[in-house]
Amino acid sequence: MVTHESGGHHHPPSGFIRKYIFSLDHKVIGIQYYVLALFSVFVGMALSLLMRIHLVWPSAKMPFTPGGQMTPEQYLALLTMHGSIMVFMVLTTAPQSGFGNFILPIQIGAEDMAFPVLNMLSFWVTFLSLVVLISAFFVTGGAPISGWTAYPTLSALGQIAGPGQGAGQTLWVIGVAIFCIGALLGALNFITTTVDLRTKGMTLGRMPLTVWSWLITAILGLLAFGVLLAACLLLLLDRVAGTSFFIPGGLVVTDTPIVSHTGGSPLLWQHLFWFFGHPEVYIAILPGMGVTSHVLSTFSRKPVFGYKAMVGALSAIGFLGFCVWGHHMFISGMSPYSAFAFSLLTMTIGVPSAIKTFNWLGTLWGGKIRFTTAMMFGLGFVSLFVTGGLSGLFLAQPSIDLYLHDTYFVVAHFHLIMGVASIFGIFAATYFWFPKMFGRMLNETIGKIHFWFTFIGVYTIFMPMHFLGLAGHPRRYADTTGVNFLAPLHSVHYFITIAAMITITAQLLFLFNFFYSMKAGQKAADNPWNATTLEWSIPSPPPFDNFAGHIPVVYRGPYEFSVPGATDDYIPQHVTPERVGKAH
Amino acid sequence: MPGTITDEIEIIDAGRGGGNDIPAGGDDDGEGPGGGSPGIPQRAYFTVIQLGLAGIVMFFMALTSSFLVRKGLGNDWVTFNFPRILWLNTLILLASSITIQIARRHLHEDQRAAFRRWWSVTTSLGILFLAGQFIAWRQLAGQGVFLVTNPSSSFFYVLTAAPGLHLFGGILALLYVSHRNWQRARISQGTAADVASIYWHCMDGLWVFLFALLYLGR
Repeated sequence: MVTHESGGHHHPPSGFIRKYIFSLDHKVIGIQYYVLALFSVFVGMALSLLMRIHLVWPSAKMPFTPGGQMTPEQYLALLTMHGSIMVFMVLTTAPQSGFGNFILPIQIGAEDMAFPVLNMLSFWVTFLSLVVLISAFFVTGGAPISGWTAYPTLSALGQIAGPGQGAGQTLWVIGVAIFCIGALLGALNFITTTVDLRTKGMTLGRMPLTVWSWLITAILGLLAFGVLLAACLLLLLDRVAGTSFFIPGGLVVTDTPIVSHTGGSPLLWQHLFWFFGHPEVYIAILPGMGVTSHVLSTFSRKPVFGYKAMVGALSAIGFLGFCVWGHHMFISGMSPYSAFAFSLLTMTIGVPSAIKTFNWLGTLWGGKIRFTTAMMFGLGFVSLFVTGGLSGLFLAQPSIDLYLHDTYFVVAHFHLIMGVASIFGIFAATYFWFPKMFGRMLNETIGKIHFWFTFIGVYTIFMPMHFLGLAGHPRRYADTTGVNFLAPLHSVHYFITIAAMITITAQLLFLFNFFYSMKAGQKAADNPWNATTLEWSIPSPPPFDNFAGHIPVVYRGPYEFSVPGATDDYIPQHVTPERVGKAH
Repeated sequence: MPGTITDEIEIIDAGRGGGNDIPAGGDDDGEGPGGGSPGIPQRAYFTVIQLGLAGIVMFFMALTSSFLVRKGLGNDWVTFNFPRILWLNTLILLASSITIQIARRHLHEDQRAAFRRWWSVTTSLGILFLAGQFIAWRQLAGQGVFLVTNPSSSFFYVLTAAPGLHLFGGILALLYVSHRNWQRARISQGTAADVASIYWHCMDGLWVFLFALLYLGR
């Protein structure tokens, strides 16, 4: 391996606090983000399980509910916190900040992120935002009930709008604003690191698609979170200072006229929120696309089909993501001409999405496929991306959306495409990089059982929701027993709840596998998958400064598998042309 | 399944950034809370400040579009007497952009005393600007115009406080540049001064834009 000496000095920290708590090492910070997301995902799943149980057995005794029975407001509080925790603390955090932090610097041949202190700050600011968000459960009135989108006027009026809309909603706004700051700091570091810290030979055209996806995601975050931060600032002022940015005049809430506000626009919040909110969908899923491309290529023993097209498609999806926020607001009374424009732009996203799907299939075609757990989750990602994406084409039509808006069809759509597909990307990444991160292999048998339970499970949960939506079932109803036209659909809810219970239980397999393998798993080789990118050229787990002071030089693209004439079916990026000649 | 391609170490002089000829590492001395972090090229500081400014611009564009939308919504927008001190404030900030350039020139010519003098003048002008903003708020309060009085005043306070906060950050950066012990820094003083001045000029431009928005849209 040809290397060059790094410019800095590298002393691993010795104390526990500096090593594991306030660490500057990108790898430790990546694991911190991952653990934060892991904790959050189980909290989020627990909340969803409580909701599912309540929907099927509305009179069932529930933990943490005064009187033992869940009220509609408590159901909405669970719903709000489930969405907020999952979107911000899991889907935004694990794929980008978790894996991106750990892997990106190594994949580009850097010893750390560009600004390690900023990196540490990003994590702790994010941690603070999680604490503030979760503390909403424990204040008077409990957690907010306005959903993860926090639409005014419900979110802006305060306590009078319902339980949880007092201190709980204020904490939500502050928590999300803090999260924005953490995400912005993180985005700065990701982009700067990718732009300025690539090793010699790591040209843009040789960057792994994972790095491309983290880079584009960071750009989206940089441009989107500032807007949400501004929106949160205005909402907070409406709540605590009495301004009227989002609150219109003439409101009467439970017979009480709201006279202190005039002229504000709830739609203004929706525009600001969705200008952030739609790119946020891609912030969640783009890293999964990168990981899937990477994993599919590695385990098909073939180069990624259409590398440049994949980069172009990632960029196009990222760009178009900023042009389509209006499709969340088709029923807000917008001009049909605006709706047409937003509809057309939304459907345009289908083009780069189809390119990606086609290229994933092209990568698999004729490959010597190894069905590792990581590969299976990668394939699962493709499946879910297609399934969830297709329902997006329905919702992109304003005339159809008028009917489907706020029904379970939408719940099914965004869970498949934004939630579960992204989670599959996280699982693929976990099974793929766990050996590098912890120096031990995850158990493949448990992994495959976990995959099948999860894959079948998520389809059995979310496919029926499409039919609920088509039948006109509104979302966010805490109890459907009193609604006549929903009565025949109760059995579908029953089916979904049982599926959810099994699927969530199956995640304990993953949890067991994760922690057991960390301690007692089979020792991992440096390159257990015979992969090509730079992280596999160093020990597992990597040393403190990644390359022990000798930064590798890159000679080739990231996916040189099954090169004709070569004796091995992979050529790592750092192997010199001379070495290839000798070895092959 | 370990591969058969073996590694051998050959240390050569090489660069960063995907193959250009800038030497690896920066001027990092390896000191840090965690026991050291690797060196980075000085251009990374320029990259990060430009990216940071892009994020800041998005934040203010969101506020600007909110201003325009909210103003166009209804008939509850009330005009108030624009505080005259904001004109002076704007001149002060524009002057500070000139003084920071003079300071930078002296630094690059290694005229340290002149640099410190002009850098201090810039810092003082920044503090003067913040004091002027505070006086403007006092003048508005004197008219009975507060944050919640009217959407126009709400935006006035938000669109003067937010850049004020950002400029406060700029003043901290100026103080950092003038008081840092550069023997132990990862970033050189010249780079730090350049980066701080880029931020300062942009805050200056941003304020001029917001001032025009507030004045014309009041």
